[in-house]
Amino acid sequence: MLWYQIIGIIMIIIGATFLFLGALGVIRMPDVYNRMQAGTKATTLGALSVIMGVGVFHPAWIFKTGIISLFILLTNPVSSNALARAAHNSGVPLYEKSVVDRYAEDKEKIRAEEEK
Amino acid sequence: MRVIISTVVLFVVWVILTQSFDPQELFTGLIVAAIVSMISPAIASDKPKKWFQPKRYGYLIIYLFYFIWQMIKSNLDVAKRVINPKLPINPGIVKVKTKLKTNAAKLALANSITLTPGTLTVDIHDEWFYIHWIDVRSEDIQKATQDIVEGFEKYLEVIFE
Repeated sequence: MLWYQIIGIIMIIIGATFLFLGALGVIRMPDVYNRMQAGTKATTLGALSVIMGVGVFHPAWIFKTGIISLFILLTNPVSSNALARAAHNSGVPLYEKSVVDRYAEDKEKIRAEEEK
Repeated sequence: MRVIISTVVLFVVWVILTQSFDPQELFTGLIVAAIVSMISPAIASDKPKKWFQPKRYGYLIIYLFYFIWQMIKSNLDVAKRVINPKLPINPGIVKVKTKLKTNAAKLALANSITLTPGTLTVDIHDEWFYIHWIDVRSEDIQKATQDIVEGFEKYLEVIFE
């Protein structure tokens, strides 16, 4: 076993751990938004770490895995953003212990301006 | 000009993906990149000059490291909250203000905020960002802006504006 393969394996293990924690978060969190926090994002580092770990394990693939990571970095937040916005606009309530919801306070103003 | 820049960017991606310098593949890649950049308008920004200022690339590299560090830090933070049996969360949607003007910069900021766990951009309206925060430390607009936005903003300002 070569030294860079060991680094690759360690990265994959770290990534798998974060993916596991993300899954656990989806089960444990109380509402849509908090689940999204855990589900979409503990997984970002998880997925990136696994993909880059594979790249380190097979150095010939490192540029390809780099590009894949870049695409994940660009597309992942857009989808979670769209999900969160859609959830809020279709009236999914926040967890009852939430402290503040500025978006709901301003929503009517935003709608009014968009219709103009 | 815009078409040429998009062509170059797409061509570089092509070369990295195929990883071969065989003239046939390079030629195909160049043609495909050119066609794609002609039919799709907006990969390059409105001001092509911005692509030739080395300072922006320097800051981009610094920003990448800063961003990865932030991501690891907040990932550990969210992971801790998930493991903790008491589930110590204090969520809410706060409103922050950004001074970034261009769309590309706002997109990058919103994406960075969403990618660092613990904060999730719900909507953008002009210069206001609505952010779901897993641990609301302050409901005040200015304090929240300081906590969430400003670290990213000072790099993005140089890169995109």
